[in-house]
Amino acid sequence: MKTLIIIIVGSALVNNVVLSQFLGICPFLGVSKKVETATGMGGAVVFVITIASFFTGLIYDYILVPLDFTFLNTIVFILVIAALVQFVEMFLKKSIPSLYRALGVYLPLITTNCAVLGVALLNVQKSYNLLQGVVNGFATAVGFLFAITIMAGIREKIEYNNISENWQGTPIVLISACLMAIAFFGFSGLI
Amino acid sequence: MRENTPSERLFNGIVKENPTFVLMLGMCPTLAVTTSAINGIGMGLSTTVVLVLSNMLISMLRKIIPDSVRMPAFIVVVASFVTMVQFLLQGFVPSLYNALGIYIPLIVVNCIILGRAESYASKFPVIPSIFDGIGMGLGFTVGLTCIGIVRELVGSGKAFGAQIIPLAGEGKVGYTPITIFILAPGAFLVLACLVALQNKIKANVARKKGAAVPSKADRDEEACAACGMCGGQAKIFATGSEPDKEENIVEEKLEESKSEE
Repeated sequence: MKTLIIIIVGSALVNNVVLSQFLGICPFLGVSKKVETATGMGGAVVFVITIASFFTGLIYDYILVPLDFTFLNTIVFILVIAALVQFVEMFLKKSIPSLYRALGVYLPLITTNCAVLGVALLNVQKSYNLLQGVVNGFATAVGFLFAITIMAGIREKIEYNNISENWQGTPIVLISACLMAIAFFGFSGLI
Repeated sequence: MRENTPSERLFNGIVKENPTFVLMLGMCPTLAVTTSAINGIGMGLSTTVVLVLSNMLISMLRKIIPDSVRMPAFIVVVASFVTMVQFLLQGFVPSLYNALGIYIPLIVVNCIILGRAESYASKFPVIPSIFDGIGMGLGFTVGLTCIGIVRELVGSGKAFGAQIIPLAGEGKVGYTPITIFILAPGAFLVLACLVALQNKIKANVARKKGAAVPSKADRDEEACAACGMCGGQAKIFATGSEPDKEENIVEEKLEESKSEE
């Protein structure tokens, strides 16, 4: 239990996936214009990463390790994730339309989100077991949700600021991200 | 210069459509591994090797791969080459392998590689595709190395691991490194300055030509790096001004699924 709590705090806050590991920068910069869409994207990422880390962990432990095919993990993981996202989208569309209504549009964007593959590979690298892997995936994704929601909140305020011509758009967003990353350093005392 | 000749492709990749400075693609590795110039070069060259090989193979197979499954096919090709490069690095350059860590397998999801496969290698013959890969790869390497040099120099007074600026010590006058530049926030800061510089140059060029300077809305749109991987869907959210539109997309999709039933 103690290790699980350390994993949760470590992945969600201390080693935040966007602000200290630089995974998932594209959606972080692209879909953080409004708080509403940002939380939608964040929710979809939580959903997909948790499921993906479960399935990749399952496949790694019960197929790749017994067959001694661990060197194929990059190829297998990316295909599993791509197929999984498609499958989840179809499943939600048919079975849970309300959830699909909330997350569906964001799902195709996530296939190539490097955070999903990154978490799967980190689970293997840190030799987490299945439960630890899923918890790590969930916590990492929650960290992404935090980061993108805070970013969207800041950007909504930036809209009203008078920013010099060349710093409008991406540069000011990156400066905000820089300050957020400095703020997140404060969490490093937690572990 | 004639189009699709080897020299034109090299110039296009390194200068005209430089992936780091002009297209702003592959931001994850750009931010993550540029803590030093050596890491930047290592990451850039690894990506170049994968890019050249995958462009070559995809260009050879462009008439065989059916259009409907081209994305999974490209991903398999790229992932195979990335795995090869990963083992070569692990075997021959273990120090670089340890420094780059998880970002080597993550070359698979680098937008540059799938982007070039989709927009160039799957449409043009083998030789121009190879040179397109070399040009784009070297352009990426140059970009990463430049950012790496700046961060290493400001953050520790070194360049390529050698002490360039003498550090301040006890009773010595020297440079006190701004360590934040080699930490995570420094990456965002350097990239922000770089993009601002790029905006300034673009605006100056536009003014000289007498064309319209990009407006605030245009600049906001650019935030999404235009990697094209999502099929333009992120653009819907990037503008943020059309909440009705995204509702419509969901409803259209739901209607589609109903009509399928």
